[in-house]
Amino acid sequence: MRFFLRRTAFYLFTAWAAITINFFLPRMMKGDPVSAYLAKNQGKVSPEAAASLRTLFGLDEDRSLFQQYLDYWGLMLHGDLGRSFSKGLAPVGDVIAVALPWTLGLVGIATILSFFLGSSIGAVVGWRRGSAADAVVPVATFMSTVPYFWMGLIAIAVFSSALGWFPASHAYSKGASPEWSWEFAWDVVQHGTLPALTIVVASLGGWVLGMRNMLITVLDEDYVTVAQAKGLSPRRVLSGYASRNAVLPQLSSFALSLGFIVGGTLVMELVFSYPGVGKLLLDATNAKDYPLMQGLFLVITLSVLVANILADVAHAALDPRTRMTEA
Amino acid sequence: MNTDPLLTVTDFSVVYDVDPPVEAVSDVSFTLHRGEILGLAGESGCGKTSLAYGVQRLLRPPAVIPSGHAVFHDESGEDVDIAALSESEMRRFRWDKASMVFQGAMNALNPVTKIGKQLGDVFETHRPGMSRAERTRECGELLDLVGVGRERLRSYPHELSGGMRQRVMIAMALALKPQLMIMDEPTTALDVLVQREILQQISELRTQFGFSVIFITHDLPLLLEISDRIAVMRQGRIVELDTAWNIYHHAQHEYTRTLLGSFPSLTGERGGFVRGRGDDVSAGAGAAGGGVR
Amino acid sequence: MTTLEFRHVSKRYTVRGAGDLLALDDVTFTLTSGRTIALVGQSGSGKSTIAKILTQLERATSGAILLDGAPVPRRGRALRRYRQQVRMVFQDPFASLNPYHTIRHHLERPLLLDHVVPKDEVDDEVHRLLDRVHLDAAVVDRRPHELSGGQRQRVAIARALASRPSLLVADEPVSMLDVSIRLGVLNLLAELQHASNLGVLYITHDLATARHFSDEIMVLHHGRVVEHGAADDVILDPQHPYTRALRDASPNPEVHFSGAGPAADASRSRP
Repeated sequence: MRFFLRRTAFYLFTAWAAITINFFLPRMMKGDPVSAYLAKNQGKVSPEAAASLRTLFGLDEDRSLFQQYLDYWGLMLHGDLGRSFSKGLAPVGDVIAVALPWTLGLVGIATILSFFLGSSIGAVVGWRRGSAADAVVPVATFMSTVPYFWMGLIAIAVFSSALGWFPASHAYSKGASPEWSWEFAWDVVQHGTLPALTIVVASLGGWVLGMRNMLITVLDEDYVTVAQAKGLSPRRVLSGYASRNAVLPQLSSFALSLGFIVGGTLVMELVFSYPGVGKLLLDATNAKDYPLMQGLFLVITLSVLVANILADVAHAALDPRTRMTEA
Repeated sequence: MNTDPLLTVTDFSVVYDVDPPVEAVSDVSFTLHRGEILGLAGESGCGKTSLAYGVQRLLRPPAVIPSGHAVFHDESGEDVDIAALSESEMRRFRWDKASMVFQGAMNALNPVTKIGKQLGDVFETHRPGMSRAERTRECGELLDLVGVGRERLRSYPHELSGGMRQRVMIAMALALKPQLMIMDEPTTALDVLVQREILQQISELRTQFGFSVIFITHDLPLLLEISDRIAVMRQGRIVELDTAWNIYHHAQHEYTRTLLGSFPSLTGERGGFVRGRGDDVSAGAGAAGGGVR
Repeated sequence: MTTLEFRHVSKRYTVRGAGDLLALDDVTFTLTSGRTIALVGQSGSGKSTIAKILTQLERATSGAILLDGAPVPRRGRALRRYRQQVRMVFQDPFASLNPYHTIRHHLERPLLLDHVVPKDEVDDEVHRLLDRVHLDAAVVDRRPHELSGGQRQRVAIARALASRPSLLVADEPVSMLDVSIRLGVLNLLAELQHASNLGVLYITHDLATARHFSDEIMVLHHGRVVEHGAADDVILDPQHPYTRALRDASPNPEVHFSGAGPAADASRSRP
């Protein structure tokens, strides 16, 4: 129990630090991206919107730093991240909220799928080292080095243009509007299959190799020999003894990759014109939409934090030794 | 002592197929009697571990068994040629007829699984008819038997001391009441007091259950105390095989004498070296054959 | 004649979340040149802590450590001089030598660092050291992995002797070596001690070699010295129950066979 309390305190502190740094960043930048915009568009910006923008970007110098900080926290707790310049002054929070589910959904599912599939294949390949299964290794290495966009374009050319099995771009058909219905869900799945598959294929190689190598190391351990000496079936030895231990370091890598999900797979979103967070960030940068950018950075930071928490929990659940050393 | 044979090993060899090939065990033959404690003594590289693993078919490539037989004389009267068993027959044979206590229980227990589960999966594999309640009860009794206590069923290996882990290993090896237990340096990493307790335990269990033991270690004085017979191995061969008494009093082979001489007597006369003499007595007592090792 | 005194030394470790650990509790002894003291204890008894304090890798929490009556220096050139006088041989012959360097390098370094001999004599001194530990001169250009465990330990001893110390701390010097070469290395230490009038602290868990190799034995239990006396006295007539338990638990074929079988015959097959 002490372990969990300690970790929770640590993460709360990290979250607070991230938000505070976000507060100081614009105040430490030279120049000021927002005043010019505000001056130009005075009529269009509502007073509350202008006020929140000022707080977020450190323009409210008439107030003390501490007061600014309090105002900032007020905004944070209300979920007010300012207004997006490039999206017609829509609240940044709303803009991100539209794109986030697409990224989380697609890339999240693809990454998790890739991890489980890759680790399972890697475990089997590692277990059968010295047999025909070793042929998987060069294939996996190749797959992990292929440039993603190339793979994506080939996939579109083959499966979309030539075979017509899947649509080539976007998250859902033009003209359809998001709603909770089976048809829409099916539409989304159709559109999402190709991007997801390409992500899975691109990242599979890394997981396969990682798990295979860990497994080979673990196979040398005494407890695996003991398990075999006990007459346990190979499947049992592989799952209960070897893999359980080999997967632990993989979890840390997995946690890191979860964090990058929200950063979005920009290339994938470009190739497939998928309306995710990555594309949003790219557009914001090009349009010099500072509020949107800042909002995205904060969201990405916090989601990496959440991913780390999840990985920590998983690690503690699977490895009883961590609970002891941390407590 | 009962001279009923339990295990007959004939012309057993183990070769590590590397470049150049290493003959770890060369034409070893011996007979293990039912209920006997046979000590297997030797230094690192003598082949004792390769022999023990080889007989149980636990060796991994590049180890190869080019020749030899190991025949297990089951108490049911049946003779089992271990090399001839199929994979699944071998798995059934394992632990049920012959089990092993491994060296350095540091790493011999799965660090992420509870003790109870590790004891239990032996039963799950070999006695599938047992219910979960029966399994738990049986595992608890085993832990009580070795002095660890059934409350440790829910502990993890890292929560136990070295001595307790070794006892758990013994409990695990005892689970199916095998006829043969092979112990590979089971007390080497332990304190001398704990070692004595565990040896006593093994003796008592042997008296209670009647299994045979092959006890592998480099600690000859220890073997002299607990074994019925001792086999001394060197460079893959058994150079001497005799009762502990005979080995201690009338060792025939020069290497046996060298090995005996390497252990100064605790309470008797001083053995292989004398302090303060100033002359180099290392060539006489220590190194086998000339030169410095 | 050099003496190293431990006076009422205690060492306390603070473990986060688990309270204090008293590794050493009021330990007192004197190490003199020309004599060997064996420090006997099981794992966790504190004997490694004593070794670390002796070689200044750790500091005592309380108590005094005196070299020839003067407190052991804490820094600077004086500490350097202390380290030349008190050297250590470690347990693991595989880990205490740098696999990247030749034996020559291992032996030259202390000679050069401590200016033991003038630069042009270093090569000769290296050969002399190898001779003293009965190693063939050809060993000098090899790397540690090309030598056996026993040879490596001899190199470690030679290295320790390079700075011409007066006191040697041998921490389980033979427990990782093959059985049949252990006596050879211990004999070497005895011979060297005699020739150079070294004071030796022999740290071990093995009672038998402790008895044969030392003048005095100190028994350590949970950081306290429970018995300290002449080697034969401590083993043959122990006063403290813990010492008695240790002695009774150690394998002792003589006692084991004295009751069993025919009358003890005088023709014991021992060299």
